[in-house]
Amino acid sequence: MRTKRWAPYALIAPTLLLMAVFLVYPIASVVHYSLQRYNVTQPWKNGFIGLENFRVMLTEDPLFWQSLVFSAKWVVVEVGLQLLLGLVLALIVNETFIGRGLARAMVFSPWAVSGVLTTGIWILLYNPSTGIFQQLAEWGIGSPGTSVLGDPATVFPATVVTELWRGVPFFAILLLADLQSIPNDLYEAAAVDGAGRWRRFISVTLPHLKDAIILSTLLRAVWEFNNVDLIYTLTGGGPANQTTTLPLYVARKAVDSHDFGYGSALTVAGFVILLFFSILYLRLSKFGSRA
Amino acid sequence: MSRVLRLHVPLALYLLFTLVPFYWMLVFALRPTGSTALVPWPITFEHFDTVWNGIGFGTFFYNSMVIALGVLVFVSVLSLMGGYALARFKFRGQRLFLVALLCTQFIPGAMMLIPLFVIFREVGLLNSLTGLIVADVAFQLPLALILMSGFVRNIPVELEEAAMVDGCTRLRAFFAVMLPQLKPALVAVGSFAFIGAWNNFLFALMFASRQDKFTLPVGLSYALGEFNTDFGALAAGGVVAAVPVVLVFAVVQRFLVQGLSAGAVKG
Repeated sequence: MRTKRWAPYALIAPTLLLMAVFLVYPIASVVHYSLQRYNVTQPWKNGFIGLENFRVMLTEDPLFWQSLVFSAKWVVVEVGLQLLLGLVLALIVNETFIGRGLARAMVFSPWAVSGVLTTGIWILLYNPSTGIFQQLAEWGIGSPGTSVLGDPATVFPATVVTELWRGVPFFAILLLADLQSIPNDLYEAAAVDGAGRWRRFISVTLPHLKDAIILSTLLRAVWEFNNVDLIYTLTGGGPANQTTTLPLYVARKAVDSHDFGYGSALTVAGFVILLFFSILYLRLSKFGSRA
Repeated sequence: MSRVLRLHVPLALYLLFTLVPFYWMLVFALRPTGSTALVPWPITFEHFDTVWNGIGFGTFFYNSMVIALGVLVFVSVLSLMGGYALARFKFRGQRLFLVALLCTQFIPGAMMLIPLFVIFREVGLLNSLTGLIVADVAFQLPLALILMSGFVRNIPVELEEAAMVDGCTRLRAFFAVMLPQLKPALVAVGSFAFIGAWNNFLFALMFASRQDKFTLPVGLSYALGEFNTDFGALAAGGVVAAVPVVLVFAVVQRFLVQGLSAGAVKG
């Protein structure tokens, strides 16, 4: 084919420009700010302070460590449950039954709902006076006046369930796509060999899904680590900072207190963690080598 | 019998889990204040009047729509260009470009709030719908581009070559042969872009402090705090925010399964 050498570069130029201005330059400037005292509300104090922000973060800020621990707990529990339920859901809607198209559309629909709207919907459900628990109590199930978001014992499971509602469809959609690519004769051959339903799942379905499961789990782990909208609006990180993740901590430093210097140091810590995940992802997906 | 236990019972349970929250919101939005009826009858639109005219959800809706449509157009066009370049050309730095695109998936918007705020303040893009469109496009474009290159690669290159042998330029061949084939891809990528922009919260929260520039998620987040007692208004605001994405989702969900598997995760 006749090809002008500059053509591909012209086609990707706008993307490169946007990435340079809005992704590469900001990352560089975060590193720069992390070495400054930089608070918009106290500009007279701004200036270079070396590694002071990092010293404070690592040695004097219990909330930093607490947010890391909660981030890990959040990611492991949330992604683990999403994967498990997503796999079950994908297997269910992969069966043939009447109304399958409609059922798929309905169970996948929370995928399109924003974190803030999810919070709005679940606050209506969870509220102690007119919520679902009050209704159930009227029917004789449970006790009235239960405030699941206000009670330190129930706030974590309540938040996890809320995010599951929106997150399970992601896994279900991806795994369903992969299930459909399994050739039927594999199952038929296994059935001829006398393999039962469970045996076929273990020896045909799971091996086929392995790559998709690993990669979608990794992607989702990063996504849930970065997920701020829902926790920010549902619990605000509370009660008593119990549900504060690292990115939520950063967002609150940025939005609420405008402490850009310290917030940037926290961001750099987050990038180090994410860098580890992205290297793992690139290794596993071998994405770069295929081109 | 085993089919009932294996298929119908879990499906019914999951449908309940999915649909009860939606229904709960609808009931709150449509029944009068003070009512606890589980079936909203007679229906009232007082809460919609409150949020749309009283609280300003009409303005928020307009802002969200302008942003989402703007993002849809730019992401579609730019991802089409870049995706085509990736799928149909071999060029120096191609692999590096791919890796860079993929790495962007690990950069969270929340962690970019501070530097982007500083940039936006310096160039005067705070409290501007244009600024929010540009930021959303920058964050959504990499994944859209990867998806689009997968779609382009799935179309046989012979189609284009045949047109070019017949004397078409590459550009003419693209518009005459490729574009019609890429219609489902554009629907999928465009819908993802629309939904992503419609749902974006943190950028709008940080970069738009004036109420006349609020988007629906920002308006909704204030509604969560302020009308902690007016659940009817909260629910009506939620319905306003939900309707467009639900409609778009209904269109796109058929493509969703193929679309996401085309390139994003499986590489």
